[in-house]
Amino acid sequence: MTDLIGIPIQALSGQLLLGLINGSFYAMLSLGLAIIFGLLHIINFTHGAQYTMGAFAAWMGMTFFGINYWWALILAPISVGLIGVAMERLMLLRIRDIAPLYGLLLTFGLALVIQGLLRHYFGASGLRYPIPPLLSSGSNLGFMFLPHYRAWVLFISLVVCFTTWLIIERTRIGATLRAAQENPGLVEAFGINVPRLVTVTYGAGVGLAAFAGVLAAPIYSVQPQMGADLLIVVFAVVVIGGMGSILGSIVTGLGLGLVEGLTKVLYPEASSVVIFVIMILVLMVKPEGLFGRTS
Amino acid sequence: MADTTLANAVGGLEQDDKSLHRAIFMGLALLLIAAPYAFYPVFVMKVLCFALFASAFNLLFGYAGLLSFGHAAFFGFASYVAAYTAKYWGITPELAIILGTGSGAILGLIFGLIAIRRQGIYFAMITLALAQMVYFFSIQRPDFTNGEDGIQAVPRGHLFGVIDLSNDMTLYWTVVVIFFAGMLLMHRFVHSPFGQVLQAIRDNENRAISLGYRVQRYKLIAFVVSATVAALAGATKAIIFQVATLVDVHWSMSGEPILMALVGGVGTIFGPLVGAAVITTLQNYLISAGSWVTVIQGLIFIVCVLTFRAGIVGTIANRIRRGL
Repeated sequence: MTDLIGIPIQALSGQLLLGLINGSFYAMLSLGLAIIFGLLHIINFTHGAQYTMGAFAAWMGMTFFGINYWWALILAPISVGLIGVAMERLMLLRIRDIAPLYGLLLTFGLALVIQGLLRHYFGASGLRYPIPPLLSSGSNLGFMFLPHYRAWVLFISLVVCFTTWLIIERTRIGATLRAAQENPGLVEAFGINVPRLVTVTYGAGVGLAAFAGVLAAPIYSVQPQMGADLLIVVFAVVVIGGMGSILGSIVTGLGLGLVEGLTKVLYPEASSVVIFVIMILVLMVKPEGLFGRTS
Repeated sequence: MADTTLANAVGGLEQDDKSLHRAIFMGLALLLIAAPYAFYPVFVMKVLCFALFASAFNLLFGYAGLLSFGHAAFFGFASYVAAYTAKYWGITPELAIILGTGSGAILGLIFGLIAIRRQGIYFAMITLALAQMVYFFSIQRPDFTNGEDGIQAVPRGHLFGVIDLSNDMTLYWTVVVIFFAGMLLMHRFVHSPFGQVLQAIRDNENRAISLGYRVQRYKLIAFVVSATVAALAGATKAIIFQVATLVDVHWSMSGEPILMALVGGVGTIFGPLVGAAVITTLQNYLISAGSWVTVIQGLIFIVCVLTFRAGIVGTIANRIRRGL
C-alpha cells in the first residue's frame, strides 16, 4: 500500500509530521501567550520577536562563543527570559493600570525595535544553524523517512508543554499563580509578592518563546522576520482555542498544525489561509473559542 | 478605566468648540493652499493620504474603543482595485477611486461582521488575522496583483475624462478636495448623535446596552465607515504614486496609522493629521537609514504609550480644555 485516496503515503505522513511540528510551535507560543495574558492581561506582541531572539541567541552563541546546541537550549531561554524580566520591570510595570490595549501597542513597539536591530546587525537573509550531530541522521520507518531532529523537536515540545501544564495545574506554585489571576488582592493579603510573581511569570513565558526559537533554528532559517510571521498565525490559533485554558492552547496548537499539514497535501493553495478560515468558522459558531470561557 | 485613558473624549460639540473647529478647518484650508509652494506637492499628497488613513483608524479606536490591527487590508486592497481598474480597464481616475473605495467598504462589512463578535485584544487579533488573509490572497493571485512586482505604471488619467491629472498641481487640488471631504465627513460623523452613542459604547458598553442601544449595529456601521475611508486613502494613493504593491497590504502597514494616531492624539479629530505629518516627514528624512526606521518607529511607539498617551493634539486639547 503506497497511497491512500490517491495520495502517496510517503508524502502524506511527511506533511503530517511537518504539520505536527509546526503545531508544536503554535502550542508552545500560544501557551506562553496564555500564561502572560493570564497574569498581566496584555497580549504580548513581542512574543514573536522573543522567539526570534531565542533563535538568534543560539546562533550567536555558536558563532561567537562556540556554544553547542544543547547548551543553547538551556542558556538562550534563560538569557532571553532575563531580558524579558528587564522589559517587564522597566516598561510593562508602568502601564499595568491602563487599558490592556496599550499593552499590546507597547509590546508591538518593542517588537519593532528588536526586529529592526536584528535586521540592522544581521541582515534580512537567513542564517544557517546546523542540526546537532547527534540528531543529524534519520530512520526509515517503512512508510516514511523520519529525520531524527524532527522527532526530537516533537518529543521535547510535547514534554515542555505537558510539564508547563503540570506545573500550572498540579503544583502549589501553579495554584498560587491561578489564584493570583483570579484575585491578586487576596493573594497579596496571604503574604505573596504578586508583582514579583508577575515578573517571574513574564520571564518564564518569554523563556518558553525563546526555547521554541532555539528548537526552530535548525529547521527554519534564522532571520529577523521569522517570529513576526509566525505570531500572526499563533494569534489566529489563540482566537480559535480561546486562550481560556492551558490544555486548550496545547490541543488547539497541535490540532491546527495537523490540519495545516493535511491541507498542504490535499489542497496546497489553501494551506497558508486554512487556519484563518477555521478562525472565521469558529467565530461564527462559538465566538469565545473552542476552549474559551464565556464573558 | 477605559473612560479616562482611551482618549480625551470630545463629548458633545459645544458652541465654543464648533467655532474653534471651523477656524481650524479654515486654517487648514489656507495651509493646504500654501503648502505646494513650500513643499514638494507629491510629498504633501502622501501626508494627506496617510492623514486620511490614520483618521479612519482613529475613528474606530479613538471613538469606538476598537483597536483594529488590520486596516492595511482595506488600504491595500482598495489600492489594488483602483490601480487595476485604472490600468487594465482604462477607466477614469475618479471611477477607479470609487471602485477601490467601494471594494474596501464591502471588505469592511465582511470583516466587521466577523470581528465585532469579540472585544478588546481579541478584536485586534482577529482583524490582524483577517487582514493576513487578504495579504495571502494578494500573493497567490498574481493575475490580479502582479505578485512581488505589484501593479506599476498606473495611469493617472483624466479626471471626469477631461482634466489631465499627470500634472502634479492639478492632481494636488483633486487630492485636497478628496482629503477635505473625508475629514469633514468624519468630523460630522463623530459629532453626530451616532458618534455620541459610539463614544458611550466605548466608555461603558454594558450601560449602552442597558439603555437599549443596539451596540453591535453601531460598532458594525463604525467599522464599515472606517474601512471605507481607509480604502479611499488607499485608492487615492494608488493614483498619486501610480503603483500598488504588497507593501500596502502587509500587516506592518496596519501599524502605520496606529503610530500616527498615537503620536497625534487618539480620540481627537486633528490628531491623526498632525501624526501623519510628523511620521511621514520623519520617514522621508530617514529613508537612507534602512532598518533604523523600524527601530525609531518602535521607540516612538514605546515613548508614546509610556509617557505621551494623549499625543500632540491631545496634550494641547487638555491644556486649553477644548475638544480637538
